[in-house]
Amino acid sequence: MADLTARVPLLRVARSRLRLRPGRAGVLVAGLVLLVAVAGSLLAPLVWPLDQSAVALDQTRLAPSWSHLAGTDDLGRDVAHRAVYGLRVSLLVGAVAALVATVLGGVVGGIAGTLGGRVDRILMRIVDTIAAMPHLLLGIFIVAMLRPSLGAVIASVGLTHWLSTARIVRSELLSLRTRPFIDAAISGGAGRLRVLTRHLLPHVLPRLALATTLMIPHAVWHETALSFLGLGLPPHLASLGNMINDGQGSLLTGAWWASLAPGAVIVVVTLAIAVIAARWRDRLDPRVRAELHL
Amino acid sequence: MTRSPRLAGAGAVVRRRLLVAVPVLAATSVGMFALGAASPVDPAKQYAGAAAFTASEENLAQLRANWGVDDPLPVQYLRWIGNLVQGDLGWSTSRHEPVASVLAARAGWTLLLIGVSLALVLVASLLLGALAAYRRGGLFDRVLRTAAYAVQSMPVFWLGLAAIAVFALALGWLPAGGLTDVTATSTSWGDVAHHLILPVAVLAVSQAPWFVLFVRDAVAESMRDDHVLAARARGLPGRTVLFGHALRTALLPFLTLVGTHLPELVGGAVLVETVFSLPGLGAVTVAAALGSDFPLLAAITLVTTAVVLAANLATDLAYAAADPRVRLDG
Repeated sequence: MADLTARVPLLRVARSRLRLRPGRAGVLVAGLVLLVAVAGSLLAPLVWPLDQSAVALDQTRLAPSWSHLAGTDDLGRDVAHRAVYGLRVSLLVGAVAALVATVLGGVVGGIAGTLGGRVDRILMRIVDTIAAMPHLLLGIFIVAMLRPSLGAVIASVGLTHWLSTARIVRSELLSLRTRPFIDAAISGGAGRLRVLTRHLLPHVLPRLALATTLMIPHAVWHETALSFLGLGLPPHLASLGNMINDGQGSLLTGAWWASLAPGAVIVVVTLAIAVIAARWRDRLDPRVRAELHL
Repeated sequence: MTRSPRLAGAGAVVRRRLLVAVPVLAATSVGMFALGAASPVDPAKQYAGAAAFTASEENLAQLRANWGVDDPLPVQYLRWIGNLVQGDLGWSTSRHEPVASVLAARAGWTLLLIGVSLALVLVASLLLGALAAYRRGGLFDRVLRTAAYAVQSMPVFWLGLAAIAVFALALGWLPAGGLTDVTATSTSWGDVAHHLILPVAVLAVSQAPWFVLFVRDAVAESMRDDHVLAARARGLPGRTVLFGHALRTALLPFLTLVGTHLPELVGGAVLVETVFSLPGLGAVTVAAALGSDFPLLAAITLVTTAVVLAANLATDLAYAAADPRVRLDG
């Protein structure tokens, strides 16, 4: 999934022969950032291996320098190096959790949107009620009961983030159902299954892909928030949330850089995904022009 | 008895909402209970803590018998939910006191944090959003929007740490955490207010982008409405048109959205409290999660959900009362 987000804008940029109009420059930069982020987190173990448990107690809390671009933390570990691995874990968790949420939301929204009527009303009321649960609290509850682990974090994100996808799929299906081409297909003799697979799905899938992409930053935040609270991934594992949590201690002793790099990585990747998703949405729905042109 | 015609359907709406909310909450509580029952943690050992290693098997068995944790699950569930409905929230195994007294001691600080932040966010976002919409695409609009998108992509706990680094450590203006000064022997309101400036500001700033962008879009939309154009044509000053006409139309839909955004605020408050070591529900929640304290976690989650649902209902009713065009039919 993360791979797709990097590929799509690049194709588009290539097609436009790199003419830098205001909006395009942002998309180009965002595409490059995402490409570097995805390639970096995929290739890191080959190019720049990290021993997760290694410490260097003679190099603790060194300020950023040429040998340690983002400084070192309490245990003398290179912050920039661990941030690359943190991003790797966060993107992995984010992408898998976003997929889980998309499947859940797609199924619920799909049932509500294709059946409509009473089923739709009941399902959407349920969605509204669950949306009133603070999802961080629900996420904490899930992780606490399953004991903190990679699987628990993914379950926690997936189970709390499917609501928006369900709403998007459902409203898209409901509006598609009233369009003439569906009537035409039915009067042409197409059965339920054919209408669903040949006419409805092709319209819903791009939107679902966009929703999944937009979900990744939310999933990453949720994971980092859980890790920051000490409820996410095991503490020795370099994840962005764990690193910010570790950095909290060194911050009070003056080493502000330990939390800076992992946070900055989250911000930059989130912004890049937002810029690309905004342009993608413009393409899907030219009538509603998103105004995100950074 | 005469009722306001605007709220004619209110009773029916309340009933219909309850008709959905109660079964869904009940189903959620079953799901939560099942998850808690599947949890690998032994509540008796959990309760005994370090003493579990030396405690005799009889003592642990006595604990289990006291709590009835070896009863069939449906029996346990019905006992738990029955007590919950009657107002007995159970016994917190991580804090060794009744859940109700934990909530009573902690919820106030969380509500204070959320309430003050929400008030700040509302005032600031209405003001900034309206000003940005007045000259759409102008310098202020572009700067504000860019800032909003930038802040929106920052995790709130990171923003909190950055605020501590700048305002507490580098500049030394404000305390880095806690509710009172370490040397203080009693809780004075001035001291508390001083300690709450940074957490409230961080929570407000982190929640603001969503509200600012919404107000800006809504006001920009209503700037093109007939009555706003008419007001401008009559030569009314820009400020009157903006705040008296355009913002007023955009204000009402905003009200219901505030209700739906409350869960986000609760999550943000938990994180901010952790960053600033405030004695609210956040710290208790995290400790309860680390200790797999099912009664406390379940109570906090279900109680906040009920509060949010009630707030949503209240904003919807207020919306209908304030706007005669809105009919209560859902």
